[in-house]
Amino acid sequence: MRRFILRRAILGVLVCMTVLVISFGLTRVAGDPALAVAGPQATAADVAAIRRAYGLDRPLPEQFFTWVGAVARGDLGRSYLFREPVANLIRARLPITLTLGLVGLGFALLIALPLGIVAALHEGTPTDRLVMLVALLGQAMPSFWLALLLIIGLGLRLQWLPISGIDDWTGYLLPGLVLAFSAIPALMRLTRSGMIDALGSDYIRTARAKGLSRASIVLKHAARNAAMPVVAIAAVQLGFMLGGSIVIESVFSLPGLGFLAWESISKNDFPVVQAVVLLLAVIYIALTLFADLLNAALDPRLRTG
Amino acid sequence: MLRHLPTALGALIVGAALLAALFGPSLVPHDPFAQDLLRRLVPPAWLGGDAAHPLGTDQLGRDYLARLVYGARISLVIGVVAALTSGLIGITLGVLGGFFGGWVDDLVMFAITCRLSIPLILVALAVVSAVGSSLSVVVLTLGLLLWDRFAVVARTTTMQVRRLDYVAAAQAAGASGFHVLWREVLPNIAHHLVVVATLEVALAILLEAVLSFLGLGVPAPLPSWGLMIAEGRDYMFFEPWVIMVPGLSLFVLVLGINLLGDGLRDLLAASRDA
Amino acid sequence: MLDVAGLRVSFGAIEAVHGVSLRVRHGETHCLVGESGCGKSVTALAIMGLLARGARRRAERIGFDGTDLLALSDRGMGRLRGSRIGMIFQEPMTSLNPAYTVSSQLTEVYRRHRGGTRAAATERAAALLGRVGISAPGLRLGQFPHQLSGGLRQRVMIAMALMCDPDLLIADEPTTALDVTVQAGILRLLAALQAEMGLALLLITHDLGVVARVAHQVSVMYAGEVVESAPVAALFARPTHPYTQGLLASVPVPGKLRRGQPLDPIPGSVPRIPPDFVGCGFRERCRFAMPACAVAVPLRERAPGHSYLCQLTP
Repeated sequence: MRRFILRRAILGVLVCMTVLVISFGLTRVAGDPALAVAGPQATAADVAAIRRAYGLDRPLPEQFFTWVGAVARGDLGRSYLFREPVANLIRARLPITLTLGLVGLGFALLIALPLGIVAALHEGTPTDRLVMLVALLGQAMPSFWLALLLIIGLGLRLQWLPISGIDDWTGYLLPGLVLAFSAIPALMRLTRSGMIDALGSDYIRTARAKGLSRASIVLKHAARNAAMPVVAIAAVQLGFMLGGSIVIESVFSLPGLGFLAWESISKNDFPVVQAVVLLLAVIYIALTLFADLLNAALDPRLRTG
Repeated sequence: MLRHLPTALGALIVGAALLAALFGPSLVPHDPFAQDLLRRLVPPAWLGGDAAHPLGTDQLGRDYLARLVYGARISLVIGVVAALTSGLIGITLGVLGGFFGGWVDDLVMFAITCRLSIPLILVALAVVSAVGSSLSVVVLTLGLLLWDRFAVVARTTTMQVRRLDYVAAAQAAGASGFHVLWREVLPNIAHHLVVVATLEVALAILLEAVLSFLGLGVPAPLPSWGLMIAEGRDYMFFEPWVIMVPGLSLFVLVLGINLLGDGLRDLLAASRDA
Repeated sequence: MLDVAGLRVSFGAIEAVHGVSLRVRHGETHCLVGESGCGKSVTALAIMGLLARGARRRAERIGFDGTDLLALSDRGMGRLRGSRIGMIFQEPMTSLNPAYTVSSQLTEVYRRHRGGTRAAATERAAALLGRVGISAPGLRLGQFPHQLSGGLRQRVMIAMALMCDPDLLIADEPTTALDVTVQAGILRLLAALQAEMGLALLLITHDLGVVARVAHQVSVMYAGEVVESAPVAALFARPTHPYTQGLLASVPVPGKLRRGQPLDPIPGSVPRIPPDFVGCGFRERCRFAMPACAVAVPLRERAPGHSYLCQLTP
């Protein structure tokens, strides 16, 4: 087990380093960032001054290692646009995106788990096919379009929920629901197949032979064993949701990480883009590692073996 | 019969979209780019609009039907080309990793992990923004990013096939690695890859719409469905149909491709069992 | 104690159990013996109401200690399972839930049927683990199934079935999946527990050696039917149905087989029986087959408690 965690941690560091290279390269394919910073009215001397100020006149490898060194010290650089340390910007925006992601994951689990279990209990019946059809519908739904429909329907016509901004917690409900849609199909399919496997197993026959209640058989004995792949995919989906929040945040005008990234991309604010890509990658790696640990805690064969 | 209904429905939708994309633009009597500022936001025929514009016109007076069928062409081209590109990358990586194992496989797994940890939409947006938005940039970006599922499926299925007796026999008989890959492995995993390909076409179409919706995809005035929704956003409170028409088309097309993919999977599984 | 008559179980177009009748008396070890695929296990699952979805069960009668199991709801059946009827299965490796400790799986059946505190249930579990021959019960209670060997797991399964002091224990090939060296121990344990607790034991097996050692009454199954039922001594001394005779001739029974005497296998294999099948299921493989075997077969009684299903008279 300890070896396994060590392996995963090393892999995580290697992946982080690769992502560092990628996110650095990403912002250098577009030519000269100094032009973008300086703006259209700048003179050639202004641009040269900016280039020097930001170290953009140095060779690329040197720039890269300077940046990596700074990142390693926790210095993510300064935003060209906001003229403020990137770390401050992220610190202000990250909680919003994290909250949104967790609300989305909550909705997704709340919808996907019961539906997946119901489908498994009725495997092969019209109920099963209906539930799987819901998964397909969710998979085909363009999230930004669904968001607009909900804004028109729930927010504007019925005025139930706020449709933009986050004045209080209700502001997270609609965006969270929309974000959940992207994760529901995968979670539902996996819950269903895991439950079908578990329900057909010998230990479930034993549980029935013990005269246990149906609730105990399904929720205690089967669900516990079906949970492990679901936990893994839930962590991955949370990572994807944080990355995908860029769409939802821009539709609902939530000032989160995604919104920040979108602004920075359209304004060529490279330090921010680099930092957000890196941060999301690190969060994703951490989440998958966390899921592995959680699985080890859930599965006594991994924990004690 | 009822069992095959979803598949048939999917085939019908995809077939209709293909026909619309191929012949639609020449059949619709309007130019998708021609503006008519006197006839802006004409509602569709069923909302009391104009028979000359069955789906109405947009905020610049362009015929919505003409833009819609032209948009189908864009969606399908992007979906198919992106899936082909990503298929080429993903299948190559997956098959190599699954077939050779060892450090090759470690490397492939590492590449897949790296790819998955990169936030997809964000990086796609950044690339398109940096390189400049055009149809080919969007296709290439998506193709370079969407290969992970191809790689995962190709890798696991190749591992399974490699263990089959006749593949081992071919290797034992002295066939070269690449010969075995080409003649024995690929044909036996192709049916899994076809299913992945349908999923990837659908995903690429959705992502293109997202990028265009955020303003960093297919450039205006090309009628991408995502762009049509973005342009309709300002008017959606008064004229909800402006986002309904392209949104519903997108939803139905992606649903159709997914239905077809699911049906293909079941059909192929059934024909293998039989 | 257990009285089954005319039990039929079908899976689609295949009838796995074809009119089984069976009586298990109080305190008796009743062996149900037959080749694999003859419907023994399905019979046991049908009695317990544990058939997989898609199986259809019909019977003239399934009575347990005066209760009509056919009329019982699933909930009512659940009250009997685990409390008055215990069951153990063939596969100890997979029959325990990998996610829970031995203690958790033992106590939950007790608390479900008898209630009481967790401490009382744990005490009972420890006592039973000791009773089924597990040393250091306290240690084993805290362990997970994967930490136990196959033999230990089967002992845990036995303890679990006995937690609520059942009147009837159904054991479906309890030693088949185990190591040969462990089999004898489990079998001795079952026989001892049966005698000591006054259990009615329905033991399903394909092993005539097992039958000879522990059975009081034996029912021989072939192709979904009980073709002969007799007290164990009578069955070995005077096998009457041609299938039983063939079965006994094909197995080396210690002490009965002379050196150099060839074993005599039965030609052919167990056929699949469609639901509308009439007549004797063994006629295709029977050396005494006659035209009358294709119509209904009479149930004959050779002696009290010794009946068989055949056209032949002894």
